[in-house]
Amino acid sequence: MKILVTAKRVPDPEQKVKFKGNTLDQSGVNWQLNQFDEYAVESALRLTENASSGNARNGEVIVVSLGPKDVQQQLRSTLAMGADRAILVDASDENLDSEIVARTVQKLVEQERPDLVLLGKLAADSEANDVGQRLAGYLGWPQATFACSIEVTDGGKALLVGREVDAGVETKKVTLPAVVTVDLRIVAPQAVKNGVTAATHAYADGPRYASLKGIMAAKKKTIADSSLAALGVAATVRAKVASVDAPPARKAGVKVASVEELVQKLHNEAKVI
Amino acid sequence: MPFSGLDYYNVEDLYSDEERQVMQTLRRFVDDEIMPSIGRHFRAGTFDPAWPRRLGELGALGASLKGYGCAGLSPVGYGLIMQELERGDSGVRSFASVQGSLVMYPIFAFGSEAQKDRWLPKMARGEAIGCFGLSEPDFGSNPAGMRCSAKRVGDKWILNGEKRWITSGSIADVAVVWAKTEDKIRGFLVERGAKGFSTRNIEGKFSLRASVTSELIFEDCELPLDAVLPGSSGLRSPLECLSQARFGISFGAIGAAMACYDEALNYTRERAQFGKPLASHQLVQQKLVDMLQAITQAQLMVWRIGRLKEAGRARPQQISLCKRNNVKMALKCARTARELLGASGITDAYQCGRHMCNLESVYTYEGTDHIQTLIVGQDITGISAFQ
Ligand SMILES: Cc1cc2nc3c(=O)[nH]c(=O)nc-3n(C[C@H](O)[C@H](O)[C@H](O)COP(=O)(O)OP(=O)(O)OC[C@H]3O[C@@H](n4cnc5c(N)ncnc54)[C@H](O)[C@@H]3O)c2cc1C
Repeated sequence: MKILVTAKRVPDPEQKVKFKGNTLDQSGVNWQLNQFDEYAVESALRLTENASSGNARNGEVIVVSLGPKDVQQQLRSTLAMGADRAILVDASDENLDSEIVARTVQKLVEQERPDLVLLGKLAADSEANDVGQRLAGYLGWPQATFACSIEVTDGGKALLVGREVDAGVETKKVTLPAVVTVDLRIVAPQAVKNGVTAATHAYADGPRYASLKGIMAAKKKTIADSSLAALGVAATVRAKVASVDAPPARKAGVKVASVEELVQKLHNEAKVI
Repeated sequence: MPFSGLDYYNVEDLYSDEERQVMQTLRRFVDDEIMPSIGRHFRAGTFDPAWPRRLGELGALGASLKGYGCAGLSPVGYGLIMQELERGDSGVRSFASVQGSLVMYPIFAFGSEAQKDRWLPKMARGEAIGCFGLSEPDFGSNPAGMRCSAKRVGDKWILNGEKRWITSGSIADVAVVWAKTEDKIRGFLVERGAKGFSTRNIEGKFSLRASVTSELIFEDCELPLDAVLPGSSGLRSPLECLSQARFGISFGAIGAAMACYDEALNYTRERAQFGKPLASHQLVQQKLVDMLQAITQAQLMVWRIGRLKEAGRARPQQISLCKRNNVKMALKCARTARELLGASGITDAYQCGRHMCNLESVYTYEGTDHIQTLIVGQDITGISAFQ
């Protein structure tokens, strides 16, 4: 199976962010791979290897990102995890919106002709949650969003995708080629079944570490450069940020003098008991 | 919360992409697989038998060697593994140092092709454990005086003597043992189960409790002729291994210091006395800044020695200066952190007390602080002050 995975770098969610006007102040930001994209890479690797036989490769994983040159670092780390190659489309963070990203991935899909596009369900910075959906629409491919499990079925022609919805888990069958966005639980030990790895195989919970040999091997893998112009994507940003406001500072709490007062406040004011 | 490191001078910009990735991978590994259980192991005095294989799967054992299933990292990359492991615990780092620098390295540098093929790939995977026997009960700082001897009798070597303070001794599948032969000191590979070879654990340690420390006892221990490391020749061979290990320790100590700084900073910002956070008092700020400054200096020192080593230009005396500076610096940071945490600092609910106790061993092994001082002293004056 040939899989295209999208990967975005985002500021470390643990770090305090600063804004310059309406844009993120990038000085001193620790960039990292968007967590859900890391999960998408992990799922793609699980789909294209035989984990019962030394993780022998059984397909191709291509990781795609839009961003400045520095994003090479995050792409390298996906190659170190085991992805086969990467494509970096030159762009600056301020000059992108979901539309441009989806159109760019669409062009790359048309070039690469993968069987599957895997995306994180959202990027931790903008939390827009719409690139996967737009992409499926533009390609005219079936889509399954918020995947918590993926199983290859019909002799590799379709996927059974589990989706966590309010009422439980809904299972959807999508015919390949398709677009799937992944959620948190896709990296559970047995969430991905590719029909090659023994069905009983259990992975360690979470995305894999880049082993040191993987890191060294990644040096020899290619990161191809591309650009919006080369792909013929219009670079006009249509989504504009109107304003950015910091969340309101937390108000100081109140001190209570006795247990009775606490119970009374919880009951009458907070109304939680 | 995951550990986010300390890099006041953006020293990480000086690392290559791979070196940074290695650091990140190990940092995550330590957060996920060492931190949750290290307090328990330290308290119980146990080494987790799962660690060698996990470190092996990662490629963190003997990572600077080339071939034989090793990752072939740069010296700085190797050092950063040690830094991150010691951020977790000096005992875990000691295991990795001994395995890579004191056992795999001498097999790699002085061993026959058959010895390399037999041991290196298994040791890189963490499926075989090694130990390094140089120190003896009566000869620590002065290994040249060692009593352990190897005599050639017919088609065998006969080993007699005792080694003491040997990291991983009783759990090792193979020991690199240094012994006097008729003409010079040479290294021998002694496998677990060899006739006349036994081990005994050293109990009652208040330091490196999550690492095994043992005695090795040889009573007419019989070894085949090919047990000798053919390339080993004189005391300079084990000293060459120590230089490798001291290099790694110089990075490792920074890890322990960063953990202590991080803990002290967080604690003093959160705990209030006299109506304001501890960190708002001038004396406390001064101590935090002293730690930050010392760690930053140490980071620049190891970066430089790493690049010199990569270029084949690092002299053992320069490495000694690094070990001397960085271990003393880390011990000071651990004690300062311990002080700033007040009573909390003496319990194992916090890390600094564990690091402080651990670093006492690091200060002593691989050449004590005095010995590093005398090595550099001799280098700059041309006069040996050892005897
Ligand atoms: C936890 C732990 C693990 C260890 N692991 C290993 C291992 O795996 N393999 C191994 O071979 N060894 C190992 N060692 C041993 C270690 O290398 C020795 O303890 C060290 O070399 C010091 O030797 P010693 O303890 O005999 O102290 P001594 O040599 O007796 O020194 C005692 C004191 O005297 C000082 N001193 C000695 N000579 C001089 C001098 N000429 N001038 C000034 N001061 C001097 C020393 O600096 C020290 O302060 C380990 C030690 C520990 C604590």
